[in-house]
Amino acid sequence: MINKVISGADEAVADIPDGAILMLGGFGLCGIPENCISALLRKGVKDLTCISNNAGVDDFGIGLMLKTHQVRKMISSYVGENKEFERQLLSGELEVELTPQGTLAERIRAGGAGIPAFFTPAGVGTEIAEGKEVREFEGKKYLMEKWLKADFSIIKAWKGDTAGNLIFKGTAQNFSPMMAAAGKITIAEVEELVPVGSLNPAQIHTPGIYVQRIFQGKDYEKRIEQRTVSQ
Amino acid sequence: MLDKNQIAKRIAKELKDGYYVNLGIGIPTLVANFIPEGINVVLQSENGLLGIGPFPTEENVDADLINAGKQTVTMVAGSALFSSAESFAMIRGGHVDLTILGAMEVSENGDIANWKIPGKMVKGMGGAMDLVASAENIIVAMQHVNKAGESKLLKNCSLPITGLACVKKIVTELAVLEILPSGGFKLLERAPGVSVEEIKQATEGKLIIDGEVPEMDV
Repeated sequence: MINKVISGADEAVADIPDGAILMLGGFGLCGIPENCISALLRKGVKDLTCISNNAGVDDFGIGLMLKTHQVRKMISSYVGENKEFERQLLSGELEVELTPQGTLAERIRAGGAGIPAFFTPAGVGTEIAEGKEVREFEGKKYLMEKWLKADFSIIKAWKGDTAGNLIFKGTAQNFSPMMAAAGKITIAEVEELVPVGSLNPAQIHTPGIYVQRIFQGKDYEKRIEQRTVSQ
Repeated sequence: MLDKNQIAKRIAKELKDGYYVNLGIGIPTLVANFIPEGINVVLQSENGLLGIGPFPTEENVDADLINAGKQTVTMVAGSALFSSAESFAMIRGGHVDLTILGAMEVSENGDIANWKIPGKMVKGMGGAMDLVASAENIIVAMQHVNKAGESKLLKNCSLPITGLACVKKIVTELAVLEILPSGGFKLLERAPGVSVEEIKQATEGKLIIDGEVPEMDV
């Protein structure tokens, strides 16, 4: 089996150049690639385009990269948890493409699946439809949306084997499987790196063909945005 | 006048046995607390979960298990986990029976605005545009008037639109209203102690009153 294991986050991101297009997995702070975000901060790479559902919070996740002005453009669906994001957006420092969440997921899926465009009902008649082709199918209007692809996709999985097969936990899966396929180079950090053969092939979420680099992550903080408990 | 919990409780009466339901952030999330006895529904979370359970106890908090509002949750028996692409395939494909979400404005033909206040607030649409464009049945939970006392049930939305002609029903602190296919807010029920006249005052769009309007049972 092909061995894709590398030493860690710094090696994983070492060749990411200024101006790269990145996809980063996660929904809010759930399932974000914490180790690689830290490594990108250390590396100081800039002018990045980041495709990610959210932009972290002010002091965690992608929010940290916004503070250091490493991000030139964000493609996201919801950024409401991040004041610095909103400030940079309203002041024009940061370019932002807001995309409906399902459209974002499908654009990424399309990018990895070799489908250049598709039609969706989301956003018809809204300002995000401006400049996009609208076509009618069976009496209903749909908007043409184009695929998204990345130079590097950076994701976090729960378990992964040395061949890059991945399993996610809970709702930490979110955008990561589609991003894995849509990245020219996909970096997977995992909570538990296991030998090939120890994962059940029928339970793999992301087959190793989509993953080029994998490493054993460490020191996961797994911060919770809205800790809500019942009595 | 209803409080947030009462609005949620009234909306919960719209649930039917066997429904798959997507609950938005805010008041819609509270609907889960008032599911009537004998009614089995499955709650969908757009971030990749069917079968949202109650909030966890302190020792069962799991950072890897959250709802669309980023709150920690649990799963009921029989839950399923999946990717965001799968989640929105469910939504766009019309497999979710009912969507309940909040709004800043709704127009008399069912347009909804809930994602942006130009120059002031840009949070993004999240999954709202996908949901409203696809759902057959959309109920909006909202306040009838804004903090300045201005109606949020309008002839035309003034804020950027999230979706066109999609809202079917609205529950506010004052009333339950249906949006007629031909346009207009048909007043179905009044909140306890609220008069038809008060609802008229609070509704800028076309209000349709047909006979006696009953008080709602909450």
